[in-house]
Amino acid sequence: MEKVSVSFTLNGEPVTIEVPTTWNLLKVLRECFELNGAKEGCGVGECGCCTVIVDGDAVNSCIYPIPEIEGRSVLSVEGISGTDGGLHPLQKAFLENNAVQCGFCTSGMIMSAKALLDKNPEPTEDEIRTGISGNFCRCTGYVQIVEAIEMAAKNKEGNF
Amino acid sequence: MIDYEYKIPADLHEVFTLLKEYGEKATLVAGGTDVMVKIRNTRKAPEVLISLRRLEDLRYIRKNGGYRIGGLTTHRMLELSNLVRTELSALHDAASQVGSVQVRNVATLGGNICNAAPSADTAAPLLVLDAAVVLEGPGGRRRVPIAEFFKGTYRTVKEPDEVLIEFDIPEKMGAFGSAYWKHSRRKAMELPLIGIAVSVKLSEANEIEDSRIALTVAAPTPIRAYLAEDFLRGKPFTDQVLKEAGEIASSSECCTLRTSLRCEAWYREDMIKIFVPRMAKLAAERIKSR
Ligand SMILES: Cc1cc2nc3c(=O)[nH]c(=O)nc-3n(C[C@H](O)[C@H](O)[C@H](O)COP(=O)(O)OP(=O)(O)OC[C@H]3O[C@@H](n4cnc5c(N)ncnc54)[C@H](O)[C@@H]3O)c2cc1C
Ligand code: FES
Ligand code: FES
Repeated sequence: MEKVSVSFTLNGEPVTIEVPTTWNLLKVLRECFELNGAKEGCGVGECGCCTVIVDGDAVNSCIYPIPEIEGRSVLSVEGISGTDGGLHPLQKAFLENNAVQCGFCTSGMIMSAKALLDKNPEPTEDEIRTGISGNFCRCTGYVQIVEAIEMAAKNKEGNF
Repeated sequence: MIDYEYKIPADLHEVFTLLKEYGEKATLVAGGTDVMVKIRNTRKAPEVLISLRRLEDLRYIRKNGGYRIGGLTTHRMLELSNLVRTELSALHDAASQVGSVQVRNVATLGGNICNAAPSADTAAPLLVLDAAVVLEGPGGRRRVPIAEFFKGTYRTVKEPDEVLIEFDIPEKMGAFGSAYWKHSRRKAMELPLIGIAVSVKLSEANEIEDSRIALTVAAPTPIRAYLAEDFLRGKPFTDQVLKEAGEIASSSECCTLRTSLRCEAWYREDMIKIFVPRMAKLAAERIKSR
């Protein structure tokens, strides 16, 4: 089986791996780095459980071929906490709003929300709903999730 | 066991060298949202994937007289473009509804058209905007009107060793208003049950100078409803006229509507009747509000 060596930035750290060419980013995060925040729900781009941020954009890591990651910057949910190691404002807002039930969708939701807020710090409810439209949640019914993202947008400093 | 080589050429020249070297064994991949999903679903892969993702200079939206959109332009770029929203509105309607933000961040306009699914959302808008497809192969470049590009379900006139470089939309289309309706059960992550695009150009006397109507999912390939367009030309822009245009577009003279797993023909017919007039009105409103 053909192997490929890939160097990239992962949560701020430079890393290099050697894996089969056919692996995708999700598999690399979980198998090489034991970063299990991103999950495989569908494996075909439909559910968003595997969402991470690549060069500033939310993407489905399950269909992102690993050779394409060469030279890019990857941010997974494990990399978003503050410098003090505490929770990110979005994570706090999700907890406070009961936006997490089983939790399977949560890290993907948070990464989609982060990609949105990074570019659009004051989104409307519509923009929030569009921002997370690629993330299925089977539990919450989305209302608490939308409210949590609104709350995080209001409390940018994380002082809540 | 799925196995393939993955080549990442740095420029077009290298793409053609690789295409020549691997011939039939190779498949091009852009955003991979069709290619990677198909590999996973069928457990079958080509021997070599040749990636276009590093061809950053084929990602652009330009206006210089006519409009030019690079083959590797993502749906997200189209969604965020004010130029596309105001002047090529039908394409904006479609691109901003493909899959999800995550999908639109990587999936390309070229990929949507080359994949040639009957449900390709951007096909109907490109048809009503009179787009031409610019292809480049070993023999040089050629232009194909989008109305002649689709040959069948998942089949196009593009040769395996050709790359889709650009979409050209003529300058005169800037005077048309356009709109696309993706009829589906959910607002996101859904393919259209029927897709309806309309573009219109009105005279000062509120007559229809010219128009285009296109349908996706209606037939095995995206199609123009020429008969309905002919009917509209020179007519006053009234509810009655638009209603008749919808009836013609949904009639068997325009196309034999498909019944498919996702939707039956009678329902598609009903929706065409309703949404041809609505999209024509939206298109007209959009020219006026510019
Ligand atoms: C979860 C999900 C949701 C989706 N939702 C929608 C939707 O709502 N509407 C819709 O229309 N589609 C949808 N799609 C399908 C897909 O995202 C689109 O068709 C997309 O535009 C394909 O672009 P791509 O760059 O990813 O293509 P790829 O998968 O990279 O390529 C598709 C085909 O085109 C060829 N190709 C690509 N670029 C070129 C080029 N420049 N020159 C020559 N050949 C080329 C490839 O060889 C391949 O055959 C969805 C897909 C997923 C996974
Ligand atoms: S696992 Fe990637 S989108 Fe579902
Ligand atoms: S909390 Fe269970 S899927 Fe969202």
